[in-house]
Amino acid sequence: MSGLQIDNLSMRFDLPNGASVQALQDVSLDLKAGELLSVLGPSGCGKTTLLNIVAGFLAPTDGQIVLNGKRVRGPGAERGMVFQQGALFEWMNVRQNVGFGPAMKGMAKAEKAQIVDHLLDVVGLHDFKDKAVYELSGGMQQRVALARCLANDPDVILMDEPLGALDALTREKMQGLVLKLWKETGKTIILITHSVEEALLLGERLLVMAPRPGRIHTEYRLPFAEMGVGQDLREVKKHPDFAARREEILSMIWDMEEEIMGRTESV
Amino acid sequence: MELLGNLGSELWAVLGTIARAIPYLVGYVLLVLATLLIWTAIKRLLRPRHDYTSLKTVTFGDESAVSSSGVASVVSVVLIFVLWAAFTGSQLLPRMLHAPGPFTGTGSFTYTITTPSGETDDATVQVLVHPVGATATAPQVDLGDGIAKNDSTTIAAYRTQLLRVDENDEMGRAEDTFITAVNGQPIAAGIAVDVDFGRVAMSERGTLNIIPATGLQMEPIWLPAPETVWARMGEIATTGYRNSTLAEHLGYSLFRVIVGFVLGALVGIPLGYAMGLSNWFRGWFDPIVEFMRPVPPLALIPLVIIWAGIGETGKIILLFLAALWIMAIAARSGVSGVRISKVHAAYSLGASKWQIMRHVIVPNSLPEIFTGARVAMGVCWGTVVAAELVAAEKGVGMMIMVASQFQSTDIVLMGIILIGVIGFGIDMLIRWAERLLVPWKGKG
Repeated sequence: MSGLQIDNLSMRFDLPNGASVQALQDVSLDLKAGELLSVLGPSGCGKTTLLNIVAGFLAPTDGQIVLNGKRVRGPGAERGMVFQQGALFEWMNVRQNVGFGPAMKGMAKAEKAQIVDHLLDVVGLHDFKDKAVYELSGGMQQRVALARCLANDPDVILMDEPLGALDALTREKMQGLVLKLWKETGKTIILITHSVEEALLLGERLLVMAPRPGRIHTEYRLPFAEMGVGQDLREVKKHPDFAARREEILSMIWDMEEEIMGRTESV
Repeated sequence: MELLGNLGSELWAVLGTIARAIPYLVGYVLLVLATLLIWTAIKRLLRPRHDYTSLKTVTFGDESAVSSSGVASVVSVVLIFVLWAAFTGSQLLPRMLHAPGPFTGTGSFTYTITTPSGETDDATVQVLVHPVGATATAPQVDLGDGIAKNDSTTIAAYRTQLLRVDENDEMGRAEDTFITAVNGQPIAAGIAVDVDFGRVAMSERGTLNIIPATGLQMEPIWLPAPETVWARMGEIATTGYRNSTLAEHLGYSLFRVIVGFVLGALVGIPLGYAMGLSNWFRGWFDPIVEFMRPVPPLALIPLVIIWAGIGETGKIILLFLAALWIMAIAARSGVSGVRISKVHAAYSLGASKWQIMRHVIVPNSLPEIFTGARVAMGVCWGTVVAAELVAAEKGVGMMIMVASQFQSTDIVLMGIILIGVIGFGIDMLIRWAERLLVPWKGKG
């Protein structure tokens, strides 16, 4: 059975002051191989917790994750992760960073070099392969992070706000790159973001989560990611459906935020 | 309460001493400002610079616009040597730049005695002031006539002499005849009269105290001239001091520091890693490390001497202890400082625990370890000198301690300068290694 199943996932943990937090409640999701899922929600809705459980960094209190028929019990190379920033190894140059996964597997040098060269071509960093990563701009660093993740050829790529720290222009370019990589590699991708536009552009499926307890609020199936492949993303944004969806989701999230505020005020 | 009173009066005395230094400090600061003005004026004559910083209009308060002025550093260091040379009468400096030196040569004054019957008579005293270390014989003088007879004496520079000038007179104290004036100015017990080569004072018992002017220069026994120190260094480098050459003294000190530091690092770094990676190890060693860290290594010297004696073992144990806690804490904070996203990234790229250790945790902690090493080497260098001051057969600390007991200020100064130069050199060496080995420091 291929694909990623998330079954009745719950996460509850105790705080030092004796209270407990229900970070996730009964989250279930079935993701087919090659699907692109974006996850959106107000802060505190458990989206990063969900991603960390899928990555295997956290154990859920209830439920399970099954990838290709095998239950997830810890981190593994078949689930690659791209972080917001600061996850590159600054003691290695660009080439060594990208080749990290293959090197850990003990891959032969020539084969590794071929993979690294190819991926650096794909992300457009071929001329920078011997640079130190701290010499690169934020956008370039995230390209390295993407290439590093792809070098390991994972089944699923988990992205935790990978473009969150970039400026608007770089961000737009990188969104195009993510779409291109998704289409070319056919990887399953889960992308967490704060930006409604980004979630719409980079999600075949879009999950809006609600906080306290963290749960799935609404799920959408969207055409924009397909439309955006190989296209100017600004054209996609001009689509009338796009604006309508954006307004709909924005007001949904606003309502959730107001509900949270109201709840804290009444306390 | 008595303690408080004692401390209060001590404080008062210290403040009094400091207050006397204030004019000199103010003068020094004025000198710094004056050179600043001069340099600013000179710079205006030179080709103006057009780099980014020189085009800033706001520099006061802009930290990035402040960089160490190389000219000021050079002037500051040169000035130290010029002042040193000027106040020691060094031959490296033209005579006109010397501070006024002590009087040397021959001076004279006359004194007047008064007999009980009111008769007075004058006599002349010839004083030959000679440089320290030189031998001199008192000038021959004619005794002259009258009741008071002429005298002569020799005094070394910076010294004073109580001289019974009336001893050879026909009437003295036994006859109730006393000195009443010097150079015509009345004198009495406790009063001093200025003469052309210094001062002449009178003691309680009526003896003249001849005080040649000392000038502003320091006596070599307090502060030798730079060339004396240099010459002494050459001498000790070749013939040695206390059965060891300079290289041996320095070599022993460095050997102790390096062996102690390396042992401390070899034990401290793994200990720090264990403390950074395991709750149990952190809990176990935290009380020990946190207690030992604030104990100055110098406080351990007596215990180490009791346990291990004054040989190499004791010194190396001491330096090992000095480096151990610093290195352990540096390694611990290096491990704790690793960003969790780097570790997570490595795990999800398929790295094993050992690979995470080798490729993520160790390189990530290296900058902290280098910082720790710089601190530890500084502490070790200070500790070895102190330990050698207390007890040692060889070593630069022992050398200056023994030299100080014999008032060989030149050796003490030379030792202090060498200790400073070597300490600075060690720090530079580690910084250089740091730039070479951990270029990613602070770039994470």
